[in-house]
Amino acid sequence: MFQVMPDQAVSLRGLRKSFGPVEAVAGIDLDVADGEFFAMLGPSGSGKTTVLRMIAGFESPTAGTVELGGRDVTRLAPFERDVNTVFQDYALFPHMSVLDNVEYGLRVKKVPRAERRERALAALRSVRLEGFEKRRPAQLSGGQRQRVALARALVNRPRVLLLDEPLGALDLKLREEMQVELKAIQREVGITFLFVTHDQEEALTMSDRIAVFNQGGIEQVGTPAEVYERPATAFVAAFVGTSNLISGDAARAVLGREGTFSVRPEKLRVVLGEEPPGPDEHEAAGVIREVVYAGPATRFVVDLDAGGRLIALQQNLQASSMDVTGLRGARVRLVWNRRHEFPIDAPAEPVAAG
Amino acid sequence: MNFSRTSRTLLRAALVAGLAVVYVPLAVVLLNSFNSDRTFSWPPAGFTLRWWGAAWDSAGLRDALWTSVQAGLGATAIALVLGTMAAFAVQRYRFFGRETVSLVIVLPIALPGIVTGIALSNTFHTVLGLPLGLLTVIVGHATFCVVTVYNNVLARLRRMGLNLEEASADLGADTFTTFRLVTFPMMRSALLAGGLLAFALSFDEIIVTTFTAGAGVRTLPIWIFENLFRPNQAPVVNVVAAALILLSVIPIYLAQRLSGGDPQTH
Repeated sequence: MFQVMPDQAVSLRGLRKSFGPVEAVAGIDLDVADGEFFAMLGPSGSGKTTVLRMIAGFESPTAGTVELGGRDVTRLAPFERDVNTVFQDYALFPHMSVLDNVEYGLRVKKVPRAERRERALAALRSVRLEGFEKRRPAQLSGGQRQRVALARALVNRPRVLLLDEPLGALDLKLREEMQVELKAIQREVGITFLFVTHDQEEALTMSDRIAVFNQGGIEQVGTPAEVYERPATAFVAAFVGTSNLISGDAARAVLGREGTFSVRPEKLRVVLGEEPPGPDEHEAAGVIREVVYAGPATRFVVDLDAGGRLIALQQNLQASSMDVTGLRGARVRLVWNRRHEFPIDAPAEPVAAG
Repeated sequence: MNFSRTSRTLLRAALVAGLAVVYVPLAVVLLNSFNSDRTFSWPPAGFTLRWWGAAWDSAGLRDALWTSVQAGLGATAIALVLGTMAAFAVQRYRFFGRETVSLVIVLPIALPGIVTGIALSNTFHTVLGLPLGLLTVIVGHATFCVVTVYNNVLARLRRMGLNLEEASADLGADTFTTFRLVTFPMMRSALLAGGLLAFALSFDEIIVTTFTAGAGVRTLPIWIFENLFRPNQAPVVNVVAAALILLSVIPIYLAQRLSGGDPQTH
């Protein structure tokens, strides 16, 4: 397929949505590039699903604009927009066969019967569901329904595919399979995927870029590595991965600096003996409060002498549970490379990670 | 839950006894329609099809049956249109007095028929000056038939939610196409179930009918009631009862299948 690609598939400007006195989306700006696999990540109630519904056209914004491929669609009805949605509960039509479900979008757009049959079958092949054309949605498993929903949306070749918690209803094993599969399908069809999730691991593994949502606003936009390694705010540090913050007195004593800093648990080394830190390293002494053996790795909760608490994640390369569980109460030093500590602009506030 | 052997036996016996109370008399009616003895002596003296023949030939009976069918169809048609519209309004829109409207629509099915009958009769007769006849019977029946359609459609709409219609719009269907291809097919079984119940309600109604039918109009229940105590008509009335037992199995069976079953399995 030959086409000239404008830069932005989706552009949101000053987008705002209030439900009565509740401000669900508090004025956001966001650009999603053509062909991107983009995640909107956040806890429930952070406004991400409302944003998705405004892009699809199910909610009209209180203020701001929605552009698709450079065209303002803010006031258009859902059926006038070149986007398709994979719904969280799939919303397959229960009174139609799998094939009729997939053909639906082409049927209402008056695509000739032969062509739509051919395209629907091709879409079902691309999600590996050939042979299921005659089944009813009720006769499919959760994973198969999910794929029908995907085929039903993709067959229309939309400019943007919206996915609302696409893997939320699947069990863990299927979810991991579908993560890989979704990514492969997206690469194959080259359509912009914009998906909503509350699962940080899902966002990290699948997306090219992530926008982290909190209380109706966007905290940070970046690649998975940027968001994970260099969280811009305390919220992002806590929501994506395990929060490990050094602040106040501890920051002054350990780092010799004012402010709040984030270090990821796997970047910390637990040192038992006398081993001087290298020139690029920082260290903090403390007592092991808790040891959590988790198979491939062990989590150490360490109370720092300078105040505060850090979690260190160590691969169990040599250690086994016999060795590590006995370490509770032991004095240790945590050592890390300076380039793995990042200042965080917001004051540290305790945030429950989802 | 697991029951002991004794309680299982007792529960089974209770079920059989309970059903027997209802169904043995019905079976007697059926048997008696073939009883050759005019006074229904027991055990039946012999087998005859005479009464069925007599019922078939009775002009009054046939007129009454036709009137009942007309009244039932008319009331059902009104109920389908108004009940569906009301259910959509209450389920899909927020407006002042929504709860009250819902209550007011359902109330007529709880009102004693005699109250509805008197009220309607007075209004038709004295306020509106309408002559009582088939039309007034249809309107009278529609007041409570609306409820069955309303309840069925409301329950279906509630279970359906908005997701399917949103999905349809998302795939490019305008509002009318969505109604034609998604909303209506999903409603169809609820409409059929509600309509069948409405027809059945109208068909055996007697109290409201008495007050709204006027002199010339005689529905089947009224005909039965009038002929019940005439000794030589008793076997024919019995045949009508037997026929109605057989006929009523069909709509009830259909209605139960349609409203009880999840739409996903159809």
